[in-house]
Amino acid sequence: MKWIQRLGLDAVLLPLVGVFMCLIVWSGISGKSVTTKTKDDWGDVVTTTKRTGISADLPGPMETWEKSRSYILNPLAKRGELDQGILRFTWLSLTLVVQGYLIALVVGTPLGFCLGLSKTFGKMFDPIFQILRPVSPLAWLPLGMVLFLSAKIQVPGFGAYTASELAAVFTIAICSMWPTVLNTAVGVRAIPQDYLNVAKVLKLSPAKTLVKVLIPATLPYMFTGFRLSLGIAWLVIVAAEMLTGRPGVGGFLWQQYNALSYSHIILCILTIGVVGYALDRLMSFIESRLRAA
Amino acid sequence: MPWTGLCRLSNLGYAPLNIMAFIELDHVDKGFGPVWNRSEVLSDLNLQVERGEFVALIGYSGSGKTTLMSLLAGLLRPDRGEVRIGGKVVDGPGYDRAVVFQNYSLLPWLTVAENVALAVDEVFRDFSREQRQEHVAKYVGMVNLTPAMDKRPSELSGGMRQRVSVARALATQPDILLLDEPLSALDALTRANLQDEINRICQEEKKTVILITNDPDEAILLADRVIPISAGPKATLGASIPVNVPRPRTRKDINSCPIFKRTRNQVIQYLVQSSSGKKVEISKKLTMPDLLPEDLSVARPMFGGKARPRRRSEQKRETVEVVS
Ligand SMILES: Nc1ncnc2c1ncn2[C@@H]1O[C@H](COP(=O)(O)OP(=O)(O)O)[C@@H](O)[C@H]1O
Ligand SMILES: [Mg+2]
Repeated sequence: MKWIQRLGLDAVLLPLVGVFMCLIVWSGISGKSVTTKTKDDWGDVVTTTKRTGISADLPGPMETWEKSRSYILNPLAKRGELDQGILRFTWLSLTLVVQGYLIALVVGTPLGFCLGLSKTFGKMFDPIFQILRPVSPLAWLPLGMVLFLSAKIQVPGFGAYTASELAAVFTIAICSMWPTVLNTAVGVRAIPQDYLNVAKVLKLSPAKTLVKVLIPATLPYMFTGFRLSLGIAWLVIVAAEMLTGRPGVGGFLWQQYNALSYSHIILCILTIGVVGYALDRLMSFIESRLRAA
Repeated sequence: MPWTGLCRLSNLGYAPLNIMAFIELDHVDKGFGPVWNRSEVLSDLNLQVERGEFVALIGYSGSGKTTLMSLLAGLLRPDRGEVRIGGKVVDGPGYDRAVVFQNYSLLPWLTVAENVALAVDEVFRDFSREQRQEHVAKYVGMVNLTPAMDKRPSELSGGMRQRVSVARALATQPDILLLDEPLSALDALTRANLQDEINRICQEEKKTVILITNDPDEAILLADRVIPISAGPKATLGASIPVNVPRPRTRKDINSCPIFKRTRNQVIQYLVQSSSGKKVEISKKLTMPDLLPEDLSVARPMFGGKARPRRRSEQKRETVEVVS
């Protein structure tokens, strides 16, 4: 073990070992197709295919790979609305996520500042935020549908939005807003009195105080909020696509479940996980950049 | 000189009302918290500081020194009484005063130059960009930090940070410099260095300075007058103790100077007394006035040594010193 550590290989090897162990467990519990040939009473050969195993219908790793290959190897293919390469699906989901997420940031950050700065505002709205915060995306989506049922929104350059798209954006925005709101508020409340005293003594205008003191002092908290929000936005998109049947990773997952291609469910789950992880890394990279600057 | 005359009168406490000192605290009270959970921090503060004077306020931590500083800076309003500067009641911060806060309070996301520039840009709005840059550079240079212009506070030592803070305060060219324990977070050597630096700058710039400190030596080294603050709660100001040590004062010869020793004893005595009184309520009540009668047949000295009633406790202190 010593030489592995010395060469710095443990960072690569140990995760591989972990993955390998998971694959073994997965193979162990997944089912296999077993084809048996029997001769019936007339002497004809009859082939019957049966799945056996602990969880008979769960495809094993190799089977999943075989069935998903075309989606991964041709990630940009488009064979139909709900039959596209995995990157195309990811892209479709991401565009919606980004829209909802940006709305969440644009609305949530000022809300957080108000919450942190004004005791009156806090007392007025904190209970409402606390009640709305734990509501599941599955609950918001129908409300979004109702909200935008008769709405026709034409955005130049983006084209028209359907009610279900608007509902999805709305759901993403409202669900992913809370970490940004609450973390920003905590950050504002945590600003040392000394910094505020500096602003007061120098008689900085409110706008200058905001730009020069409040925002930079809150930035680390804000970014923690942004990061958590992005995670939630990505969680919500899957639910939103499932309910609306919109093409995307989540929509594809649900459609493939209904079409009994279970391998593709696993493909989707892995994709969602990888993309979520990548987004989180991206945010922490931006965060560390900002902190260093 | 009429000025010294006035000064003496005000020290004795019967200065005519119409003659106003530059900075005045007039029966100031300050407390925090709602009525049912009130902590009275300062009570009945009276202080007169003349233009150009360097006054050191010295007291235990928690006695309300920072609160007093905030009152002078205009960050807090007194509950009762008035804070007046140049005859006008203080109703907020102003560019006539600059504060060096207890814990540096530099903005960590700005460089040294930017921290100073934040103040300069605000105060000297009519300067051109070059003029402001020059101004910043001048004051950063004054505290010997030119090589660290573009560093962030986190890259600086405690002493350097405090120098930036001093530069930021001086750069606004205030009439009054309020220093709130500027050196108490520093190690002894850095502290001594910075004391000398503050001493030099204050002599050069001729500002009215109020220094808050918890170190008697520092107070006596730097100030014209030392005013002890009694231990809180309900802290108040003691009688001011003039420091009649001629300038320039250096750390070396001040230590052997008898006036220095006596002044220091006075200060420490007041502080110890005020705190022991707080602990034992009864002993405070029983404390008799320990002023010694003054022999009026002896003429008061014209120069040097302001006339002031002597205390029995001082007398005692002096005999103790003779014995040792
Ligand atoms: N904003 C405030 N609210 C409530 N209490 C305060 C506040 N500021 C100071 N105090 C109280 O006033 C007392 C004196 O504080 P401070 O002026 O900071 O003392 P010092 O600077 O002498 O150490 C302390 O007991 C402190 O708890
Ligand atoms: Mg203090």
